Amino acid sequence: MANLKELKNRIGSVKSTQKITKAMKMVAAAKLRHAEEAANAARPYAERMDSMMASLASGMAGRDDAPKLLAGTGSDQRHLIIAATGERGLCGGFNNSIAKAVSQRVDKLVAAGKDVKILCVGKKGRDALKRKYGHLIIDLVDLSGSKRIGFNDAQPIVQRVLGMFDADEFDVCTIFYAKFVSVMTQEVQGQQVIPASIPESAATETNDVVYEYEPDEEEILAELLPRNLAVQIFRALLENAASEQGARMSAMENATRNAGEMIDKLTLQYNRERQAAITSELIEIISGAEAL
Amino acid sequence: MAEMITMDLVSPEKLLLSDEFEMVVLPGAEGDFGVLAGHSPLTSSLRPGVISIYEGDTEKERIFVNGGFAEVSNDKLTVLAEEAVYVADLDRGNLEQRIQNAREDEEDAKDDETRRRASENKDHLQQLLDAMM
Repeated sequence: MANLKELKNRIGSVKSTQKITKAMKMVAAAKLRHAEEAANAARPYAERMDSMMASLASGMAGRDDAPKLLAGTGSDQRHLIIAATGERGLCGGFNNSIAKAVSQRVDKLVAAGKDVKILCVGKKGRDALKRKYGHLIIDLVDLSGSKRIGFNDAQPIVQRVLGMFDADEFDVCTIFYAKFVSVMTQEVQGQQVIPASIPESAATETNDVVYEYEPDEEEILAELLPRNLAVQIFRALLENAASEQGARMSAMENATRNAGEMIDKLTLQYNRERQAAITSELIEIISGAEAL
Repeated sequence: MAEMITMDLVSPEKLLLSDEFEMVVLPGAEGDFGVLAGHSPLTSSLRPGVISIYEGDTEKERIFVNGGFAEVSNDKLTVLAEEAVYVADLDRGNLEQRIQNAREDEEDAKDDETRRRASENKDHLQQLLDAMM
C-alpha cells in the first residue's frame, strides 16, 4: 500500500508544480504584452533619430574633425562588451544564449590579441560569465529594481559607457542582446554602438535635401551622438525585456505541458496499482473462503 | 484657413503628439524660432524650454521640453525630446513641494552619487517651474 501513497503524493506535487508554471506563463504573457507595447512605442523616436543621424553623419563622413563617437579613436585594440541579459531565470535558453554569444565574441577577440572588458547588465549574465571571464567583468548594472524598463533605466549605463569612453578606456563598444522576433524566436544580436554605425538605407534617402543647421553641424552632432547611444541602448533593453518574457512564456508553456503528460502517466500507474491491490485482496479472500 | 504644418513630438518612450498646427514656436539653442508651413529644411538643437503651439493669434498649447532636437523637412516638423510635459498639466504647489523635497534630499545625501542625482532632479524641477511663469 505504501507504493500507492507515494504515487498519490507525487501526483499531488506535480499538480502543484503545474499550477505554478501555468501561473508564470500567464504572468509572462501579460508582461510580454506590456513589453511589446513599450518596444513599439519607442520605435518612432529611434527611427527619427536614425534618419537625423544619417543626414548629419553623411555630411561629416571622411572629415578629420568628425567627433570620436562617430569616427572612432582610430584603433580597435580595446573592446567593451555590454552583455544585456535578464535578472531572473526560468526563461528557457534566453540568458544562456546571450552569454554564449558574448563568450564566443570574447574568445575570438582575445585570440586576436585584443583587450576586452565586459559590462554586465542583468545579474544572470554575470553569473553565467563569471566563471570563465571573471577578471574581464568590470561592473554589473542591476535592473531588478525597476519593474518596467523606462528611459531612465538606460541612463546610468549610458553615462558609465560615455565616461569610460571619455577617459579613453576602450575603442569599440558592442552591445549584446536578444532581438524579439516572435514569442517562439529571439535572435541574439551583437550591435556595435561606438563608433556609431549608420544605417545605410536611411543614409541614401535623405541625401538630396539640403538642411540648414542651428547652431552648426558639429555642435548638433556632438549633442546628438550621446543621445543616439542612449536610444540604442534603451532599444536593446526594451527588445531584451520583450524577448525575456517571450522566452519565459514558451518555456513555461512547455513545462505546463510536460507536467500534464507526467500527471497522466502517473495517474494511469496509480490506477493500475490500485486495481492490482484490489484484485490481490479479492484473491486472498476467495482463496481463504475456499480453504474452509 | 491657413496652411498647416504637421508636427510630431516624440520621446524615447512614446509618440506624444502628431497633429497639424498653424504655427509652432520652438526654444532653439540659439533663440526661439517659429515654424510655419513651407519652412525651409532645418535641423536645430533645443534648450530646455517651452514649445508654444499657435492657432491664429492665440496660443493653444504649451509643452515643456527638457532639451532635444527639432527637424523640419517637407512641411513636417519633428521634435525629439527626452522629456515633454504639457504646461497645463503642471501643478505649481505640487512642483514647489517637490523642489523642496529634492533640496532636502540633496542636503541629506550620504554619498556623491545620490547628491548628484538629487541636484539634477532639483535643477530639472526648477526649469519646469520657470517654464510656468
